[in-house]
Amino acid sequence: MYNFELVKPSSVADAVSALQGEDAQALGGGQTLLPTMKARLAQMETLVSLSHIDEIKGVCTDDQGRLCVGGGTTHAAAAEALSGYPALASLAARIGDPAVRARGTIGGSLANDDPSACWPAGALGSGATIVAVGSGGSREIAADDFFQGMFTTALDEGEIITEVKFPVPEKAAYEKFLQPASRFPLVAAFVAKFSDGVRVAITGASQDGVFRWTEAEQALSSNFSADAVTGLAAPDGSGMISDLHGSGDYRAHLVRVMTARAVTAAS
Amino acid sequence: MKVTMTVNGKERSAETEGRTLLSEYLREGLRLTGTHVGCDTSQCGACLVHVDGQPAKACTVLAQDCEGAEVTTIEGMANADGSLSRIQQAFQDHHGLQCGFCTPGMVMAAAALLKDNPQPTEADVRHYLEGNICRCTGYHNIVKSVLAASGQSVEPVAAE
Repeated sequence: MYNFELVKPSSVADAVSALQGEDAQALGGGQTLLPTMKARLAQMETLVSLSHIDEIKGVCTDDQGRLCVGGGTTHAAAAEALSGYPALASLAARIGDPAVRARGTIGGSLANDDPSACWPAGALGSGATIVAVGSGGSREIAADDFFQGMFTTALDEGEIITEVKFPVPEKAAYEKFLQPASRFPLVAAFVAKFSDGVRVAITGASQDGVFRWTEAEQALSSNFSADAVTGLAAPDGSGMISDLHGSGDYRAHLVRVMTARAVTAAS
Repeated sequence: MKVTMTVNGKERSAETEGRTLLSEYLREGLRLTGTHVGCDTSQCGACLVHVDGQPAKACTVLAQDCEGAEVTTIEGMANADGSLSRIQQAFQDHHGLQCGFCTPGMVMAAAALLKDNPQPTEADVRHYLEGNICRCTGYHNIVKSVLAASGQSVEPVAAE
């Protein structure tokens, strides 16, 4: 690993100001960034640790009934605190392994936007709102606008995720086809049924990262049953990730299978 | 930069760089070489220690981020009189190790599990140990050891 200076702000304001420096990078729980740095795939002058900022940890409920998860909340802490949204708690409880869950954070996962990560599916599938703070102040970004392709988000340089607001659906489930070596999903589907429609978010499949499977959403909005999904054609495999673990067509097939399982689990 | 933390109940200090990993700090700074580095890519769990009571892969934590933390390593697991702890003794009794390289991480993971879940099922144990790899593939006896350490019968596992 190339060397850097580690700074440890204890407030969001101090973190934002530390990130204005030349070649500075935020560090969440480090469960992705540190391995990346060890492989010398990332290098920076200053690493700004967000682990010591208490104001971005924990879960609360806002006046619209949304569950608001602090950006610095670990997967393990989220899994425990999200009893009001069991599908999301279950997603958090199945990320990686216990040591990864004890350090990795929701903000880090969303900001990284790994095409196979779990949180992006939970955020997009729930229609969450991501709160980001930078030198220009605070802004809210809809999940639909946040994810912009593999490892690419709407975050500006120097912005950090302070909070993620999740509306709580009537029914939801997250079904993950585990790739047991990496502990990421090979393909996973997050299905959430709201009073005004159904959202289906797929991770692990597309070369463009997490996406909404709109055909399934339409079918499920009029008939919330696994049959409504199995009757659909699988999405086109040509834009899907293809590697030694599975071809694009295989992943496309799994999209349909995992979505149907999620609907069954939610029903 | 000098970093101080409480390791196995004692205040310890060592020099670090920004990039110094907790595993390097423990092994090279404090000469506590019981924490093993198997893969150095956060996969294998041989370096698992407890930081403020939570399991952490020491190869994926920065030492400077642990300033002031309470860290427990395998060296802190034995009883005060030097005898093996209940978990360590169970690993010995049930042949829960072959080459022994993964064992420090397995014992620390087992301790973290049993703290939160004193009576885990076999499935709980297998699920919890997903982040710890035994390259000898001796999982069966490791699971037996953890169940035995929890005071439960290992006969159903032994019968498999």
